[in-house]
Amino acid sequence: MPVIEASGLTKSYRRVRALDGVSFDVASGTVFALLGPNGAGKSTTVRILSTLSRPDGGTASVAGFDVLRQPAAVRAAIGYVAQRPGFDPMATGRENLVLTARLRGVSRRDAGRRATELLDAFDLSGHADRLARTWSGGMQRKLDVAMGLVHEPRVLYLDEPTTGLDPEARTQLWATVLRLVRGSGLTVVLTTHYLEEADQMADRLVIVDSGRVVAAGEPAALKADLGGDTVQVDLRSADDGVRAERVLESLPGVVHVRRDDARLRARARDAAGVLPRALDELRRADVPLLGAAIARASLDDVYLRYAGRAFQASGDPSPGRTMASGAGVPA
Amino acid sequence: MTLALTQTGLLTARSLRTLGRQPVYLAFSLVQPLLWLLLFGHVFTAIGRLPGFGGSYLEFLTPGIVAMTAMLTANWAGTTFVQDIDRGVMDRTLSSPTRRGAIVAASIAHQGISVVILGALVFGVAGLAGVRFPGSWVGVPVTLGLAVLLAAAFTALSDALAVLVRSQEALIGLSQFLALPLSFLSSVLMAPGLMPSWVASAARWNPLDWAATGSREALSASPDWGLVTRDAVQLAVLALVLAVGAVGAFRAYQRSS
Repeated sequence: MPVIEASGLTKSYRRVRALDGVSFDVASGTVFALLGPNGAGKSTTVRILSTLSRPDGGTASVAGFDVLRQPAAVRAAIGYVAQRPGFDPMATGRENLVLTARLRGVSRRDAGRRATELLDAFDLSGHADRLARTWSGGMQRKLDVAMGLVHEPRVLYLDEPTTGLDPEARTQLWATVLRLVRGSGLTVVLTTHYLEEADQMADRLVIVDSGRVVAAGEPAALKADLGGDTVQVDLRSADDGVRAERVLESLPGVVHVRRDDARLRARARDAAGVLPRALDELRRADVPLLGAAIARASLDDVYLRYAGRAFQASGDPSPGRTMASGAGVPA
Repeated sequence: MTLALTQTGLLTARSLRTLGRQPVYLAFSLVQPLLWLLLFGHVFTAIGRLPGFGGSYLEFLTPGIVAMTAMLTANWAGTTFVQDIDRGVMDRTLSSPTRRGAIVAASIAHQGISVVILGALVFGVAGLAGVRFPGSWVGVPVTLGLAVLLAAAFTALSDALAVLVRSQEALIGLSQFLALPLSFLSSVLMAPGLMPSWVASAARWNPLDWAATGSREALSASPDWGLVTRDAVQLAVLALVLAVGAVGAFRAYQRSS
């Protein structure tokens, strides 16, 4: 029984189409990621599922309640951590947590107890009674996430939770969240433009591009669906592109070839076996190379396959993305 | 319903706590009404010698200044909303089961409390300046009550505008645009008998004037409580209508964001 069901969601801002029919289900107790570049529609989707925004079309339910007809029940079931900070800078960390819980009807005593627990879990106890505006950015982000958890919701939305955090703080935040989530039955919906983050954290993910879901599944399955790893070849001149593409396509074992200017990617079940033959054939065809490499299938490739372009080209540069790994071979 | 009341209490406590942590703002709001009172009271002392004012000009002016202070203070209420929207605090609150009514009610409660403090202070300073009201002491709490109703109306209006325009500049511009004509098209500074007739008829539709005339009536030697009640009811109805509008403004916010 899915805890979230979204079906055919559409939304436009003035003339800009932000969502163009987004549908997906999220199973209870799992970590689910919406992956895509900035402006793909991830935040809009989460805002609709949090009742902050009304869709123009389509339906969505959270914890069995319709977001349009039963918004109060939805709000009672969720914790929402936006991309922007949501804490009150003029209140202390503890006051922020207690107020968040008490607005939802948690008693004063339980709110205090829960606040103390979370301050401990996120390693914030030392600063609990200082105004949140005096905290460091990393601590403030942790406070935001803690505020999403303080009332023990059924669904927690984390909209780009680690943007702006350094890698160490990111790892630490995720470790804490996963520790609190595992075994609690909580469902986490995460949006991110970090391929790596979606790959490591999510049980399931959808790739969102230009307001549409272009791929859905488990990260491992999505990568396996591509049919193996990739032989990547960099040509000295893009003019040889078409010729080189034909050469690679003719090789046995190559499933698919994609050309991006002077870079060719040939997907093959046995990329390691294909690479030497590819080099031989290209030399025979007199195509000068700058380099060649084997790239493990990554979500990058999944994205490339389904969104039809490289991840980086469509969004901002994302330092945390999974880089192609493999040994460079001089040509 | 009880949860909505609890939420109102929690949010009011939050805003008062924030005010307590920025005492500069409190000091600013204290200075303004005193300036009005002493500046107008002394610069225009001679006005009091005109027929139509009864006692001293300062005595005439004090209840109107309480009302004007209420309006001007409440006009700033929405800036907190804009700040909360900018900071993301509003989205956090709106994604929780907090009633929209509680958010507006807390804002009104906060302004109401401020206005009672500021109004009492205006009366205190007027007393020190030698103002003595001919009526019973009951006129003072009635004046503060009318000021609270007026503040409720302007708080609701400011909150609604804040949610709709979502910009400090636009909000402050709109409230200034409103405050000045309302102040001068009223009997706050000038006795109704001495006003040009078109100003006097405009003043009849001016909520600031309702509060000012009601307060002066309540402080007079033999108040006509019927008139005071009429002013109070008008203000209460206006406040209620605007508060409902402010709650409704959140729906527009939800559609456009």
